[in-house]
Amino acid sequence: MKINSPLEAYKYLPGTNCAICGEQTCMAFASHLIDRSKKLSECTPMLEDKFRKKLDQLQGLLAPEIRQVEIGVGEKIVKIGGDDVLYRHKLTFFNQTALAYDVWDTMDEKNLVERVNKIQDFKKFYVGNFLTVDMVAVRSTSNDPKKFASAVKKVVETTDMPLVLCSFNPDVLKAGLEVAKDRNPLLYAANKDNWQQVAALALEYDVPVTLFAPNDLDLLKSLAKTFAEMGTEKLVLDPGTFPSGKQLKETFSNFIKVRRAGIDGDREIAYPLMAVPLTAWMVHDDPVSASYWETVIASVFTIKYGDIMILHSIEPYAMLPELHIRDTIYTDPRKPVTVDPGMYKIGSPTKDSPVFVTTNFALTYYTVESDISSNKIDCFLWAIDTDGIGVEAAVAGGQLTAAKIKKGIEDSGFNMKDDTSHNTIILPGLSARLQGDVEDETGSRVLIGPADSGRIPGWLEKNWPPKK
Amino acid sequence: MTQKMKLTQLTEMLQELNIESLEGVTIEGDIELNITGGGGLNPALAYALGSEISQISLHMANIGRMLGFPAEQLFASAFGMSGVPETQAPSLGTTPRMQELLASKFEVARMSNWNNPIQEVTLGATSADGGSRKNTVTIGGENALPYYFDASMPHRNYVTMDVFDMPIGMAKAVKSNYDDVINDPAEWAKKVVRDFNADMVTIHLISTDPLIKDTSARDAAKVVEDVLQAVDVPIVIGGSGNPEKDPEVLEKAAEVAAGERVLLASASLNLDYERIARAAVEHGHVVLSWTQLEINAQKELNRKLMKQCKVPRDSIVMDPTTAALGYGLDYAYTNMERIRLAGLMGDDELTFPMSSGTTNAWGARESWMVASPLKQDSDWGPREYRGPIWEIVTGLALSLAGNDMFMMMHPTSVQVLKEITQTLYGSIEAEELDISNWIGAEV
Ligand code: B12
Ligand code: SF4
Repeated sequence: MKINSPLEAYKYLPGTNCAICGEQTCMAFASHLIDRSKKLSECTPMLEDKFRKKLDQLQGLLAPEIRQVEIGVGEKIVKIGGDDVLYRHKLTFFNQTALAYDVWDTMDEKNLVERVNKIQDFKKFYVGNFLTVDMVAVRSTSNDPKKFASAVKKVVETTDMPLVLCSFNPDVLKAGLEVAKDRNPLLYAANKDNWQQVAALALEYDVPVTLFAPNDLDLLKSLAKTFAEMGTEKLVLDPGTFPSGKQLKETFSNFIKVRRAGIDGDREIAYPLMAVPLTAWMVHDDPVSASYWETVIASVFTIKYGDIMILHSIEPYAMLPELHIRDTIYTDPRKPVTVDPGMYKIGSPTKDSPVFVTTNFALTYYTVESDISSNKIDCFLWAIDTDGIGVEAAVAGGQLTAAKIKKGIEDSGFNMKDDTSHNTIILPGLSARLQGDVEDETGSRVLIGPADSGRIPGWLEKNWPPKK
Repeated sequence: MTQKMKLTQLTEMLQELNIESLEGVTIEGDIELNITGGGGLNPALAYALGSEISQISLHMANIGRMLGFPAEQLFASAFGMSGVPETQAPSLGTTPRMQELLASKFEVARMSNWNNPIQEVTLGATSADGGSRKNTVTIGGENALPYYFDASMPHRNYVTMDVFDMPIGMAKAVKSNYDDVINDPAEWAKKVVRDFNADMVTIHLISTDPLIKDTSARDAAKVVEDVLQAVDVPIVIGGSGNPEKDPEVLEKAAEVAAGERVLLASASLNLDYERIARAAVEHGHVVLSWTQLEINAQKELNRKLMKQCKVPRDSIVMDPTTAALGYGLDYAYTNMERIRLAGLMGDDELTFPMSSGTTNAWGARESWMVASPLKQDSDWGPREYRGPIWEIVTGLALSLAGNDMFMMMHPTSVQVLKEITQTLYGSIEAEELDISNWIGAEV
């Protein structure tokens, strides 16, 4: 983004304070443009003819430093790039790193379909959503256009996920494109030898393309400049991912350098970056070591500027940390993630069902909620308003207190004496020290649950219904 | 096509062709370009204008062609090109073929505002300095973010492995490594140095907690002496975390370890940090300044240690708190990164090396639970492999945020974390690999 104060953006807005955008004033809207929490298109008056010029100018000023590239079509479309900062606390990172897992064209059909299904079905519940992976990369290990086309065809029939088509042979890529051309796949890759033919394909089929220049940033920039000149900026840059030793250190430097140059305003190299942690498998024979090392490389380049990566291991012990580190880095640091405070009915609770108390920190709430609901426990669950702080920190910081708990329950119109047969509240194990206070404040009996909500089912077996 | 075109129509047409962004240029009369905006065109503006005007001429030429005039021939003769270009003008969205790559040189600036080096801190003392360690460990001294090309990193990362003064609850994958030494802190310490390549050892005196065993400070100090006897690497001494008891326990420990330059863990704002700081200064140790994910609290405590307690700058290490992957690592990562950047840019209250309680990763259920408690989740796979990688990724993320020293538990995690951090540091040699054809690799 070329401007950084709301005032600079304000100059281009209509200045009528009409509030159509949902903000009271144009100035307020301008500050949302600067922190990228609103889109310029939400100011519909700007679409009028007389603002056309200003609209264009402002759009140019607001465009992110790193270009955004789209891969795939429809619901599963993946957007990469679009960043404006080098450190997430300066704003936030946009468009989380896309994770593509590979299949190859010498696999037999049954294995290929099975693998694609494993990739697209993988999911892990976290903070109210499922973490999933994004893409399938089809590698041509045969170098045979026919084989490649038929593998791509199988993949296309099996999944809607966006694809990366991988070969250095333009004929192979073309064969794959013919099959997948409606899917807007990412081509991998143009290099110093094949760039003319690959460029022709990218332009003819109008698809994004990766430029590959292992450890040669001059070449990488030349390629990018040339492709842009030829008419496409749907580019992804792969400076090469070397999996070990000094070469890996150099790879690390390359990622930092390219991103820094891009954020500093060198448009010619301001494109999303690709990492290929899969290369870890070229130096490790044992699958556990290879998966570990691949995960380690993936973590490094999730943190340091990889926008898309190609991976091989589909072991859960590799995919789980990969998904979590990505979520860690791309969570918007400006927002405390909360749920609305109040009473939630899990399943179909009756007067005899347990009453649980937790906080409205989304991570806490959803962890507890999913532990309970997936075990088919009918109950009442209170998300107490702790300003989005988890149990232990809220007890320490005074956001989870007996008075808050009482208020939380009463505000939802619930009466412990009339609406339950047991008049018993169950507190999180980590808030044990509130037991006496809560008893005094609410007049209910208070039980202390386990420290980890994952253990609620076992705990209930022993402690529920409460002994009279 | 004999119809005459009015200029207004022409302008409209041009607008449709998307060249309305040409500010300061109007088209008048019999197509005459009028450039306003004061003399003295700067080169960038001149270039931009040149480009716009050329675009216009292309559009004009296209209009000409639409009207039946062979404009391309005019261009060809005007610029000395031979024949008729086979493609249309690029602005209309077709492909010009290029024969050669455009030459380009990649350049990037070094950071200009990282001018303040991080403090170097040495742990352990050899006989030359009145201790009995075989070697010392120095951390800090950075002039850039870790492993960055801006400035080389003076010291690698170090790992100190946890040893407890009594058996404690541990994840199964961790515990199985320590079954044979769990009742003997000295043997435990020997094992982590000898078998697991620990650079240092942390002895946690948790039995001193009044709610656990309430072991006396004197008895706890004996354990410290045993550990100092058992190994010759630098050590860290941790209390139980009980704010009433820790000052007393750490004072006594500091006394028996006098001269060994241990790291005392920890001084924090919710206990009598002054007693711990005084013990460190008196016996030549280093203080771990521990706050909970809050940069201002970290500044406050560091300031108090320096100003009020007179702890020398070379005797402070920070622990800004480690939250596990999936359980607040986003806070921990950014907290450390902000601290390190602030230090490099000149905030002298934050220029200290950092330490991470990476072991916290074992608190994440993903690292220790047999399987997901959630039926909808995909299979989590074997926990023996999940646990160590959880500890590795937690530590690795923080190493990239600037953390210098890691307190860890699982031998596999230690080995892999050391390998990746030392690779990025630049001290690991490996055979060169050609990846130019990686797509075809049989993996
Ligand atoms: C992330 C974090 C923060 C973040 C909080 C972000 C947030 N939105 O909550 C920030 C940086 C803001 C923070 C600040 C503070 N923190 Co803090 N923080 C942590 C950290 C690293 C992780 C906490 C976490 O998110 N856990 C994950 C969630 C899901 O856990 P949870 O809410 O407890 O839920 C689990 C259980 O409680 C249980 N459960 C939940 N609900 C229910 C309900 C029932 C019925 C049952 C049975 C079980 C159950 O199951 C859940 C899943 O396991 C911990 C250390 C650690 N590694 O654990 C320290 C920690 C919690 N923080 C601590 C402290 C002291 C603070 C501060 C007071 C520090 C300060 N001096 O400023 C402040 C207070 C801030 C405030 N309250 O305003 C201490 C608390 C010490 C104590 N026991 O008193 C901890 C333990 C660190 C430490 N070792 O000292 N912190
Ligand atoms: S819609 Fe546009 S003009 Fe109206 S208040 Fe918002 S920014 Fe201003």
